[in-house]
Amino acid sequence: MEKRSTFNNLWLPYLLLAPQIIITFIFFIWPASQALYQSFLLEDAFGLSSEFIWFENFEVLFSDPLYFDSINTTFIFSAATTFLSLSTALLFAVMADRVIRGEMAYKTILTWPYAVAPAVAGVLWLFMFSPSNGILALALKDWGYDWNHILQGGQALVLVVIAAAWKQIAYNFIFFLAGLQMIPKSLIEAAAIDGAGPAKRFWTIIFPLLSPTTFFLIVVNVVYAFFDTFGIIHAVTQGGPYKSTEILVYKVYNDGFIGLDLGGSAAQSVILMFIVISLTVIQFRYIERRVKY
Amino acid sequence: MKKVKKIISVVLVLGMFSGTAFSATQIEWWHAMGGALGEAVNTIVGGFNRSQTEYEMKAVYKGNYTETMTAAIAAFRAKKQPHVVQVFEVGTATMMAAKGAIYPVHQMMKDSGQPFDESRYISAVIGYYTTTDGKLLSLPFNSSTPVVFWNKAAFAKAGLSGAPKTWEEMGKFSRKLISSGASECGFTIGWQSWSMLENFSTWHDVPFATKENGFAGLDTEFVFDSPLHVKHIQQLADWQKDNVFRYGGRRGDGNPLFAEGKCAMLINSSAYYGGLVKSTKFDFGTSQLPYWASAVSEPQNSIIGGATLWVLKGGTKDEYKGVAKFMTYMSDVFVQTYWHQNTGYVPITNEAYELTKKSDYYKKNEGRDVAIIQMSSKPPTANSKGLRLGNFVQIRDILNEELEAIWAGKKTAKQGLGDAVSRGNKLLRKFERANR
Repeated sequence: MEKRSTFNNLWLPYLLLAPQIIITFIFFIWPASQALYQSFLLEDAFGLSSEFIWFENFEVLFSDPLYFDSINTTFIFSAATTFLSLSTALLFAVMADRVIRGEMAYKTILTWPYAVAPAVAGVLWLFMFSPSNGILALALKDWGYDWNHILQGGQALVLVVIAAAWKQIAYNFIFFLAGLQMIPKSLIEAAAIDGAGPAKRFWTIIFPLLSPTTFFLIVVNVVYAFFDTFGIIHAVTQGGPYKSTEILVYKVYNDGFIGLDLGGSAAQSVILMFIVISLTVIQFRYIERRVKY
Repeated sequence: MKKVKKIISVVLVLGMFSGTAFSATQIEWWHAMGGALGEAVNTIVGGFNRSQTEYEMKAVYKGNYTETMTAAIAAFRAKKQPHVVQVFEVGTATMMAAKGAIYPVHQMMKDSGQPFDESRYISAVIGYYTTTDGKLLSLPFNSSTPVVFWNKAAFAKAGLSGAPKTWEEMGKFSRKLISSGASECGFTIGWQSWSMLENFSTWHDVPFATKENGFAGLDTEFVFDSPLHVKHIQQLADWQKDNVFRYGGRRGDGNPLFAEGKCAMLINSSAYYGGLVKSTKFDFGTSQLPYWASAVSEPQNSIIGGATLWVLKGGTKDEYKGVAKFMTYMSDVFVQTYWHQNTGYVPITNEAYELTKKSDYYKKNEGRDVAIIQMSSKPPTANSKGLRLGNFVQIRDILNEELEAIWAGKKTAKQGLGDAVSRGNKLLRKFERANR
């Protein structure tokens, strides 16, 4: 017979939940509501005078073509970063999974970049691609390609995507490797006996079985590209040239902390909050349905 | 000169002994001077702390200009502000408009009973920071102005004897430098909005914005899309094709192009002098900004960049007495002479300038007086007093973006400057509304 414990005390469950609720309140609900409140205000920098202006900060944003450019940049940037870092990490993981000797050495080396702080990662790539004296920029010049990300927006975007993806490869690699090792060898061997080549085995067996890991990593990487790449962009391009690398998070910082436009900046972070909430909902609602666990 | 040296060394020696008075009133100063400049700040603060026993000044480095200003504003909102904060010149209008937060320097000096006379200060320096009736709001600390640095070795190789005086010559000299193989490119620039538009306007005595560049009211509008401005910026953009001009990035990011000998000239802040001495392997000269001889017969004056010390409200009367004493100390002729000669910033008092002139410092260090002469050889006009524009930190960013779009060939000078004017005006209106 199954024995179920029940709580007779009405307050005990709330008491046990309290730490979680308090943490959520202090670190999420309270700041989020502050941002929401601030987004309705027009304030001077020192907070000496403030005017409640309802949705005007939002109206200004949505009538600003530059804001839509920033949204666009953000989607291109996060899609490119996620795709590049996931595909490279998967390639490395498949390779490392097949290595028999010196396995640990490969794994250790491939995980190192994760320990590098975003800003440092940005500076490393900046040095290599510095138009006046970076080694890769000079090498490109020798091949007849004029690299100048200080003026060319497209190149600047490529540079921050590479730097952001490079840093995330290590993290993705670990998860893919763990995912690969979870796949029963017998399945793959059976397919091999039936005559399926390595590419066929990968696309029809390994890749679908890896989908829970891939799904999880897509969520993590998109969030990473949205929020954690601030340091890279700040170190490499500061949003320029001509806003071509100004993703939404960077715009929030730029308008709020450099421009001291707190209301406009708060309105942007409220929008950002809704974008992330809806992204997560879409991911769990629709993409997860197609994932086989 | 000997006397000066002796006194400066006394200041320095005093700076080495540290003795904290027991019950001294603490006053705090947040600044943005890192590295060698930070050490000079500490020397000055140390000297002040030893010159009296009632007050102890604590200088705290808070990061770059923007970070320092933002930190002070955040601290003010949390009621934990320092007494003094160093704010760069583009933040001036924001600080001025915050009447409830700032304690005007002239007022504070009066309330604290410290003798204070605005005429002691160099007018080109303090003009940027005074009310329309000449009252000083914040004490200038580090001030500089854009100048031309030119590579003497490259000029000699190209058979040129001196720096170009006009923009027409800029083009001619650059071509000669390139064709003779003396350098890859003619010139590069830094702080582009400041050097190529703001100072360009005052230097040619044309308005950058209406209402005396914002001095006469918040309802100012940008006018830097005049035919002269467009012509100048378009010329720079066109000059890129034959390498007369090369863009190297914002702020001082283009300096390596000059320091590595690629471009023979650099137009940037005089404050980079010390850094360039260290990073160049050749002898370089400093000279005044060029002007368009086709537009004016002689240039007006350039304006300053740099930062001033603002006093924030919220302290006690006694603390402000200490701040007032500190500001008197800062304006002392020997402190100013020490600061000027050790950093490359201009002196803020006439006395300190005269003292340095009397010594053979400028003879030994040729070109170190170009900045101050360029700023103060003519009395400023309504167009050349300075700029007082709200949200200017953001507007500088807009100007950087639009100029970069012009350099990249995505826009013509006319389109880019026109867009910058309309985007900038929107921010000016927003500032006007928030500070009514």
